[in-house]
Amino acid sequence: MAATTHDAGTRRDFLYVASGAMGAVGVAAIAWPFVDQMNPSTAALALASTEVDLSTVQPGQQVIVKWRGHPLFVRRRTPAEIASAKAVDVNSLPDPLAYNDNLADNAPATDANRAIKPEWLILIGVCTHLGCTPTVSTPQMPEGDYGGWLCHCHGSQYDTAGRIRKGPAPRNLQVPPYSFLSATRVKVG
Amino acid sequence: MSGPSTYNPKSGFERWLDTRLPLPRLLHDTIHTFPTPRNLNIWYTFGGILTFCLAIQIVTGIVLAMHYVANATLAFDSVESIMRDVNYGWLIRYMHANGASMFFLAVYIHMFRGLYYGSYKAPRELIWIIGVIIYLLMMATAFFGYVLPWGQMSFWGATVITNLFSAIPVVGNHIATWLWGDFAVGDATLNRFFSLHYLLPFIIAAVVGLHIWALHVPGNNNPLGIDVRSPQDTVPFHPYYTVKDAFYLVLFVIFFAIFVFYAPNFFGNPDNYQQANPLVTPPDIVPEWYLLPFYAMLRSIPNKLLGVIVMFGAIASLVFIPWLDTSRVRSCRFRPLMKQFFWAFLVACVLLGYCGGQSVDAARFGIPLVWVARIASIYYYVFFWLILPIVGLIETPKKLPASIAQSVLGDSAAAPAE
Repeated sequence: MAATTHDAGTRRDFLYVASGAMGAVGVAAIAWPFVDQMNPSTAALALASTEVDLSTVQPGQQVIVKWRGHPLFVRRRTPAEIASAKAVDVNSLPDPLAYNDNLADNAPATDANRAIKPEWLILIGVCTHLGCTPTVSTPQMPEGDYGGWLCHCHGSQYDTAGRIRKGPAPRNLQVPPYSFLSATRVKVG
Repeated sequence: MSGPSTYNPKSGFERWLDTRLPLPRLLHDTIHTFPTPRNLNIWYTFGGILTFCLAIQIVTGIVLAMHYVANATLAFDSVESIMRDVNYGWLIRYMHANGASMFFLAVYIHMFRGLYYGSYKAPRELIWIIGVIIYLLMMATAFFGYVLPWGQMSFWGATVITNLFSAIPVVGNHIATWLWGDFAVGDATLNRFFSLHYLLPFIIAAVVGLHIWALHVPGNNNPLGIDVRSPQDTVPFHPYYTVKDAFYLVLFVIFFAIFVFYAPNFFGNPDNYQQANPLVTPPDIVPEWYLLPFYAMLRSIPNKLLGVIVMFGAIASLVFIPWLDTSRVRSCRFRPLMKQFFWAFLVACVLLGYCGGQSVDAARFGIPLVWVARIASIYYYVFFWLILPIVGLIETPKKLPASIAQSVLGDSAAAPAE
């Protein structure tokens, strides 16, 4: 008699637990599509990569391209700009890290770590302070003291490698993941 | 009848909550201990199924609204983007579209149950009338929703139905223009239909609350149509009907899933996969299947205004049923004559639905369908306005059982229950 009652109890317990587990799996399976639909759709993901044609960009010129909803600075640096960027001592910079998605996180902000080919500087054009788009500095129209960019919102100044030198911005401009498909074509993202 | 509440808060938190917002008490009284007749059958599970359908439509609808664009040039493409680009967008869209069909299938079964078992009779007249209001709101919601994909059938269905209002003498054309926001169905119409389509389901939810509240005053009817006379006639809602409802809900969801996954466009019209073109009318304009019976009535009357009156009158007639039926016996189980007319009414509704889906000049077995629709429409009105009053008076009902308990449990019910 005792054995029968014991059997009936554990069988029922097993059924309860098994049903509850299946129910939990079922609820998760139903819920997942409703959660996942808010993730970027394939249409948004298709715009995750953008190819940029470099053939029309002159030395000393910057073009701005839209990439993942942000402005992307594609700047063809002059030899003078490259030289002034290389001449800076990394340890004197407010932010010594490279912020280059093509490299490891702790890479230092040397000029070599900021551009794959020195002539082409590709940066995400979002000021690391509060998100405005900095204005590029050219010899004809200088912006800021370092020949790079000046953000007019709160006065952050970046150098010719896009590194923060003065002002409230805490970090260097971000270098996105990119690769050269040819001498005149680069794929970003 | 529920009687006084038997909720007994056990923990300190339960007592704290009970004196401030007695929500657990409400749930306890309505879905835990609520005394429910012990003889309810499968046809009584559709109320719960309908609540589930409403929840599914609201959840899938709100999610679709995150991706849908209510603009005449963008709407059709936004739906295709949902189907192709949005993660699981195809699933959510098909759930919403087929969910609407399931919702109406369930509501028709629910309504026919009410007719057969006399659930509309005193003291439940208001439950029935509130139900008719819910049905009207559902039809409006479905109509607005079908316009949103902005396919050919969306556009032309909207044109046909909004043009009905121009049948009203004197003010008809002004009303139609006011509804459109333009000289014809267009972007203005689409935007307001989207707003109303989002709004009405929440109105439906509130009216469903009234529907259940009104039900809980007298308590459920049952297949025998006789009142609950003692506690032996009832069982607590939980676990008996929570489990029964859950079981039939699972079967219903399986049926729903068959359409969503294996035949997602079965209920749909292929013309709606073509973008709306105001300059080209499709050869056959039909609404979704659940509106076809009324569409058939409309088309069976050659006069525009009379057709509209007959169609709306058919829905309005539902409201008067509690007073049209003169029988003292509720359930058709004990009404051998009314039972025949009931089945004939079901056949008439199915025939009307069939006629509504065919072209106006179609014929089967040499009979023009417009005449089938006319005869079925006449029977529809005759059933409510002549048969219900007359049969109640002339019929000899069968002998009713002594009590629900006796019918379910047999003579052992006479002995004291544990």
